[in-house]
Amino acid sequence: MDTAELGALSVAKQVDARGTACPGPLLEAKRAIAACPVGGVMEILSSDEGTKEDVTRWCAKMQHEYLGDLEADGYWRVFMRRTK
Amino acid sequence: MTTEVDRDELIRQLTARVEALEAQAPKDALALGVIQGGLDYTMAAFIVALGAAAYDMEVDMFFTFWATAALRDPKKPAKKGLMDKMFGVMLPRGAGKLPLSKMQMLGMGPVMIKQVMKKHGALSLEELMSQAGELGVRIHVCTMSMDLMGIKKEELIDYPHMDFVGVGTFVDMAAKARQAWFF
Repeated sequence: MDTAELGALSVAKQVDARGTACPGPLLEAKRAIAACPVGGVMEILSSDEGTKEDVTRWCAKMQHEYLGDLEADGYWRVFMRRTK
Repeated sequence: MTTEVDRDELIRQLTARVEALEAQAPKDALALGVIQGGLDYTMAAFIVALGAAAYDMEVDMFFTFWATAALRDPKKPAKKGLMDKMFGVMLPRGAGKLPLSKMQMLGMGPVMIKQVMKKHGALSLEELMSQAGELGVRIHVCTMSMDLMGIKKEELIDYPHMDFVGVGTFVDMAAKARQAWFF
C-alpha cells in the first residue's frame, strides 16, 4: 500500500503505544487484536521504530496481513488487517 | 494395482509414522534458564519472555542459583535457621534490590538505570513480571537453589503460574521447546 492508501484506511481499532518502550507496543497490539473485528484494520501508534519490524513479523506468524507504516512527527503509524 | 487392503495398510503405517514424528516435533515454545540474577540479565529474560508470549509461544522460565532471589517478596518474612538467615541477609530481597552485572557503582548504577528506564517508558522489572503472569509465562523455581540459599516458598512473590521443580523438568522442557536460552 502506498502512503495515500494507508492514510485513507478506515481503522477499526487504534492502539496508542507511544511513550512505551519495547516490548510495550507489541504487547499492546497483542492485547488489542481481540477487540479488532476480523477483516478490520488495526493501527498501532508507536514511538519505538523497532515496532515496524516487530509487527511485520508478528503478522506473518499470526497470519494477519501487514499493510504498511507511515512516519509521523516523532512516531510511527503501523497498519495491519486482522484476518482470522 | 493397489488393492483396497494395501491402501488401508499404507494409511495405517503412514498415520503411525506421522504420529511418531509429531510426538517428537518441538513445540512452539521457548525455555529460558535464568541464572545470573543481575537486574540487567533478569530484565532481558523477561523482555524476551514477553516478546515470545506476544508471538503466542509457550514460555517456561527456570529460575536457578542467584536468580532465585529475584523472586523474593520483600514484604513476606520466612522462618529460617542461622545459615539460611545469613544467606537471606546477603541475597537481594527481591526484584527491586537486584544489582547490575556491570556499572553497579556501589548501588548508584541500578538507581541511575531505573531513572533512565522510567524516562524512556520502559517497564520496570516488577511490571515485566506482572505482565508475564498475565500472559501465561510459567516460572519454575529450582528447588535445589532454594535449599542451598535457604529461600522459602512463603517468601516468594505471588505469581499465578509458579511451581517448584528439579533440573530434570527443565531439561525435558528445553528438549521439547524450539530453543533454550540462558540469562
